[in-house]
Amino acid sequence: MIWRVEVKQRDGTLDTQGLSIARDITDLGLSEMPQVRVVSVFLLEGQISRDEIKRIGDELLVDQIVEQYSFDLKLPLQSADHHVVEIAYNPGVMDPVEASTIKGIRDLGVTGISAVRTARQYHIHGKISAKQLESITTRVLMNKLIQHVVKDPSHVPATLGIAAPSASKFDVMIVDLLGANDKKLSEISKSGQLYLNLDEMKATQSHFKKEGRNPTDVELETIAQTWSEHCRHKTFRGVIRYREDKTGKPQIIRSLFKTTIAAVTVKLNKKWCVSVFHDNAGVIAFDKDYNVCFKVETHNHPSALEPFGGANTGVGGVIRDTLGTGLAAKPLCNTDVFCFAPPDMSASSLPSGALHPKRVMKGVVSGVRDYGNKMGIPTVNGAIVFDEHFAGNPLVFCGNIGLIPKGKEIKRVSKGDLIVAVGGRTGRDGIHGATFSSGELTGDSQTVSSGAVQIGNPIEEKKVQDALLKAREAGLYSAITDCGAGGFSSAVGEMGEKTGARVDLDRAPLKYQGLKYHEIWISESQERMVMSVPPVHIEALLKVFADENVEATVLGEFDGSGRLQLFFHGQQVADLDMRFIHDGLPKTIKEAVYQKPVLKKENLPKSNQDLTESLCSALSHYNVASKESIIRVYDHEVQGTSVVKPLVGPSTDGPSDAAVIRGRLDSKRGIAVSNGINVRYGMIDPLGMAASCIDEAIRQIIAVGGSLERIALLDNFCWGNPDKPDRLGSLVRCAQGCYKAALAFGTPFISGKDSLYNEYTHKGKSLAIPGTILISAIGIVDDVGKSVTMDLKKAGNSIYAIGTTFDELGGSIYLENLGQLGTNAPQVNFKMAVKTYKAIEKANKAGLIASLHDCSEGGAAVALAEMAFAGGLGATVLLKKLPYKGKQRREDILLFSESNSRFLAEVSPVHEKALAKIFKGIAFAKIGTVEASPEFVVYGLHDQPVINARIDELKEIWKSPLK
Amino acid sequence: MSSNVKVIVIRTAGTNCNEETAFAFSRLGAHVEQVHINALIAGTKKLGDYHILALPGGFSYGDDIASGRILANELRLKLAEDIKRFIRDGKLIIGICNGFQILAKAGILPGLGWKIGQEATLFYNDSAKFEARWVHLKVESRSIWTKGMAGQIYLPVAHGEGKFIPRDKKVLDTLTGNGQIVFRYCSLDGGKPVYPDNPNGATDDIAGICDTTGRVLGLMPHPERHFLFEQHPFWTRLTQKSEFGDGAKIFENGINYVKENL
Repeated sequence: MIWRVEVKQRDGTLDTQGLSIARDITDLGLSEMPQVRVVSVFLLEGQISRDEIKRIGDELLVDQIVEQYSFDLKLPLQSADHHVVEIAYNPGVMDPVEASTIKGIRDLGVTGISAVRTARQYHIHGKISAKQLESITTRVLMNKLIQHVVKDPSHVPATLGIAAPSASKFDVMIVDLLGANDKKLSEISKSGQLYLNLDEMKATQSHFKKEGRNPTDVELETIAQTWSEHCRHKTFRGVIRYREDKTGKPQIIRSLFKTTIAAVTVKLNKKWCVSVFHDNAGVIAFDKDYNVCFKVETHNHPSALEPFGGANTGVGGVIRDTLGTGLAAKPLCNTDVFCFAPPDMSASSLPSGALHPKRVMKGVVSGVRDYGNKMGIPTVNGAIVFDEHFAGNPLVFCGNIGLIPKGKEIKRVSKGDLIVAVGGRTGRDGIHGATFSSGELTGDSQTVSSGAVQIGNPIEEKKVQDALLKAREAGLYSAITDCGAGGFSSAVGEMGEKTGARVDLDRAPLKYQGLKYHEIWISESQERMVMSVPPVHIEALLKVFADENVEATVLGEFDGSGRLQLFFHGQQVADLDMRFIHDGLPKTIKEAVYQKPVLKKENLPKSNQDLTESLCSALSHYNVASKESIIRVYDHEVQGTSVVKPLVGPSTDGPSDAAVIRGRLDSKRGIAVSNGINVRYGMIDPLGMAASCIDEAIRQIIAVGGSLERIALLDNFCWGNPDKPDRLGSLVRCAQGCYKAALAFGTPFISGKDSLYNEYTHKGKSLAIPGTILISAIGIVDDVGKSVTMDLKKAGNSIYAIGTTFDELGGSIYLENLGQLGTNAPQVNFKMAVKTYKAIEKANKAGLIASLHDCSEGGAAVALAEMAFAGGLGATVLLKKLPYKGKQRREDILLFSESNSRFLAEVSPVHEKALAKIFKGIAFAKIGTVEASPEFVVYGLHDQPVINARIDELKEIWKSPLK
Repeated sequence: MSSNVKVIVIRTAGTNCNEETAFAFSRLGAHVEQVHINALIAGTKKLGDYHILALPGGFSYGDDIASGRILANELRLKLAEDIKRFIRDGKLIIGICNGFQILAKAGILPGLGWKIGQEATLFYNDSAKFEARWVHLKVESRSIWTKGMAGQIYLPVAHGEGKFIPRDKKVLDTLTGNGQIVFRYCSLDGGKPVYPDNPNGATDDIAGICDTTGRVLGLMPHPERHFLFEQHPFWTRLTQKSEFGDGAKIFENGINYVKENL
C-alpha cells in the first residue's frame, strides 16, 4: 500500500522557502506579496505498518525541533484567500531524494519499503485570481516539462511504479530503407528525429544495399548519433567553400578545425602539451608527478527549456569529461560562463515560448550551484554576458579542470576487455539529446523534445568519482569514457572503434521496466560511465564499486570482431561495421560567405565636462556590475585550494581577474584560470572578437601572476545554423582570428567545442544568436605565494598605466549605454602585447607590483574605480598622462575605450625605478596616486575634474543591479 | 601519552571536505585515515583504534530530507555504542559544517546528560539560500579544541542550513551555563553581528558548540579552509606573512591534547 506523509514547519518558525517563493511571485507583478507556506509530501509504497510510518516520520522525515508531520488524508481547506497547489515530478523523471529516502527508511529497519515519490504542496495566502494562480503555477512553482499539478492530492495512486509491458516480448523494428526514394529517406530522418541530411541518408542506404538487408531502428539510431553534429563536428571537420563578400574569390577550407585551431598547436609544438584534442579534455603538464586537464562544454538547448536541469546536467557532464580523461582525472575546480538576455527585459518583447531571462538566470545559477557544491568542486571563476539577442537561446558554458598522475593519461582498450557500465541507472530520459542539439529550437521544442530534459544527481556522480579514483589507483581498468550525448551508443561506439563490441542490452540496470532496446542504447541518463576491464580484474573492480554503494555491471565485451553487435534477450538487434560507423560519413561541402556588416559610425556627445554619470552607467551595466550574489551561492572554497578567490579585497567583494588555485594542498604550484568573451566586438568583426577574447583571457592570467610561457587555450564556438552561408562565413572568420592570435601569443589550443544551430525559429522567422566565442585559458603558476590581486593596497602608492589606449570605442559598454555599437572595435598589437606580458611577469616575480588589474569592459575608468573601491581607498588620476594614440583626444575615449593588452598597476614609490627599467620600450606611465580619503577623482586633459565621486557610492552603484 | 596520534575521517556518499580535513591533521603530524562509513558498520575498521574522529563537511547523501539526517541516523542506529565508548574513553570528536549537522541530529551534540537525543538543530539560513562567505568568530569556551585561542578568529562558512536552533530556552540556558558555546558570530570589531556577520540567523549568534566534556566540538565554519595562510581571502594585503591561518590552531589543539592525555 501507499502512505502519504505530509511534513510542514511548526508554527512560529521562519518558512524561508515559502518566503523566497513569495518573492518570486511578487516579481511576476503582483501588487501585494502573498504569504506562502511549503509542505513536503512523501508517498511511501510497501509493506509498512502504521507504527513503522510513525517511526519513519519521527526519526527520519521530520526535524522535531522545527517540523511536524501528519499522515491522515484530509483534503486541504481552500478558500478565496487560501490556495493550495501541489506539484509532483512527471513519471520517469528522476526524483532527486527517492534513493536516499529509501536508504534512510531501510536504515531504520523498515525493510518493506519498495518505492518513494515526493511532491511539494504550496499554500498561498492572498487575494489571487484564478488566472494569476495559473500564472504563478506555471511560471514560479513548476516546469511542465518535468512536473505536473496533482489534481487531487487526497487520491493516492495504486502504485508508484511506471506501468509497462514486459520487455522480454518484443519485435525487432526493421526500417525499409532499401526501397525508399529521396522523399521517403528525408521523411524517415525527420520522423525518427535522426537529423541526418539526404546525402547521409543515401550513404546509409547504399551501405545497407551492400549488406543486402534493411537496417533495424537501433542501427539507424547508432549511425545518426555517431554522425550528429554534436558528436562529429561536421562543420569544423568538413569542407567549406569560403568567400569574403558574395563576389569574392572562393577559398576551399578542407577542415576548419585542422587549419585553424589544431594548426596553432601543431606549429607551436609545446612539449608540455601532453594530450590534445583526442580525449575528453586537453591535458598539459603540471609538476613532476602530475598533469592537469581542462574542458569547457556548452549545454545551451537543454538550459533554454529547463534552466535548472539543463545547467545542472551541463556541470555534471563536464565533470564526467574530467573523470573520463585518460584513466580518470580528479576534478579540481569549475568555471562557468553564461549569456542571457537582460533580467529587466519586458515579458512582451520575448519570443513566444521562451522563458523570462530572470527565470533562466535563476534556474541556471541554481543548477550550477547544486551540482558543483554537492560534488565538492569549487566554482572559482566565471562571467555573465547580457544581451537581448540571447532571449530565445541562452548560452551556458560549463568548464572543469582536473588533476591526473603522470602516465594515467593513456588509455587503451584491448581485445577481450569487458564492457562495464558504472553509476546511475538507465531510464527514458535524454532520448535524442545528441541529435536534438544538432537542430534549431522552435516554439514547440518544449513539447517535442521534452525527453531531452533531465535533472542530475550530483551525489551519484560523487560516489562514482570516489570509487573510480580508487579503482584507478589499483590499476583495475584499461580505458574509460563518460556517457554523454548518445549514451551507451556513443561511449561503447567510441571505445570499441578499433576492436568491435558485443553488448547485451538487457543487462543494463534500468530505473524502471519497459524500456525498448533502442531506448537503452541511446538514453542519456546522467551519471553513467563505461569502462573497459581486463577479465582478470573484474572481480576486484566490482568489489571496489560495491564498497562505495555504486552499481557496476558487465554489459558485454570488446570482442575483436570489428563490428558493433547488440543483443536484447538473446536476440540480435544490431550488427554494424565499425568502419562504416566511424568512416562512412559522406563529406559535405558547406557554403560560407563573410559579408562585412554595414555599421553606423559612432556619434559621441558634444560635451565631456562631467563623466561621473557615464562611469556610473558603465559600473551598473549588467555585464560590469558585481556578480557577488551569484558567486556566494557557489562554494568557491571547498577543497581548500583557492588562492586568488573570485572576490578579493578587505571587504571580500572586489572583482578579481583570473582565479588561482593550488593543484595540491602540500605544494605552492598552482593553476590560474580565466575566460575571455565579448559578443559585441563580434557584431563588428568576428576576427577581431577572437583576438580580443584571447588577449582578455591571457591578460587576466598575467594580471594575477601567471606566465605567458605556460598558458593553454580552449575554444567554444556558439553560432547559428552553419547551413546558412552568412552564419558559417562569420564562423570561419572567427576561427581565423583564433589562429592568428593564439599563434602570435604562442598559446596552444588543447581542447574545444562547438555548439551550432543556436537559432530560435519563431513565427517563421529564424533568430540567430550573435556568433559567440568563449576563450578559456589555463596557466601554470610556479609559486602561488607570489600572486597579485586587483585591490588597491596602500595610500601614497603610485598608479601606473601599462599599455597604450587607442580610439577604440566600438562595441564598448560606453557606446552601448548611448544606444550605439560603433565601428572601431579593439584590435590587438601582438608584438607589443607579448612584450608587455613578459615585462609584467618579470615585475611580478620580483614582487614589484602591489596591485594589478586588467582593463576590459568599461575601459580604464571602470578598472580604476574597481581597484579603488575593492581596496577601500581613494585615487587621484591625471588623464593627460595616460598613454594614448589616436586622432581625437577626448576624455571619454581615454576613459572608456576598451583597447586590449592594458593594465593598471599600483606601485610602491620604492619600486618605481626598478619597474621603469623593466618596462623600457613599453607604454608605461604614472597617472595617479592612491589616496587615504575615499574619493575617486579624475582630472581631464586640461586638468579639470571630469569624475568626482565617493568610492562607497560607486561601489553601491556597481553592486546593486544584480543584488 | 601517545606520540602517534591517529585520526579517522569518516566519509560517505556526498562527503566532500574529507581531503582537506585529513590534510590539516596530517600536516601537523597526525596519522590520518579516511574511512567509508560502510567499513565501520561492517566492522572492518574499528573506531576504538583511533584517538580523534572527524566528521567533515559536504552533503552526506545529498542532504536529502534534511542536512546530515541520514548519516546521523546511521551513527545513532548502528554505531551508538562505539561512539559512546569513544567519548567515555576520553577521545575527541570534531564535526565541521555537515559534520556539525550530523552530530546535532544524531544527538551527540550538545550531549546533555550523556543520553543521545536531539536537543538542537541546524536549519535553513534566514537568507533562504546557500552562501559562502567569511565570518568573524568570538572564541568563548573552555573546550580543549580552543585552548589558547583568545579573542577573535576569521573563518569561511559555506552552507544553506546553518541556523542553530536549540530545542527550547532551557537547552540554551544549559549550554550557556555549562560554557558549551564555543564560537559566536560577531562583527569585525567584535560587536553584535547583523546579517551577513551572522550569516544564517543562528540563535544567540551561535556558530559552534561542544559537549559537556569539551572534547566533542561541532561548528558551522570551516577551520580546514583557513589552515594555510594563502587561504585567507585577502592575504595579499597582509604584511605579516606566516605559514598557517586561524583554523590551524584548532587541529593543533586536538593533536596536542591526544599527545598529552591519551
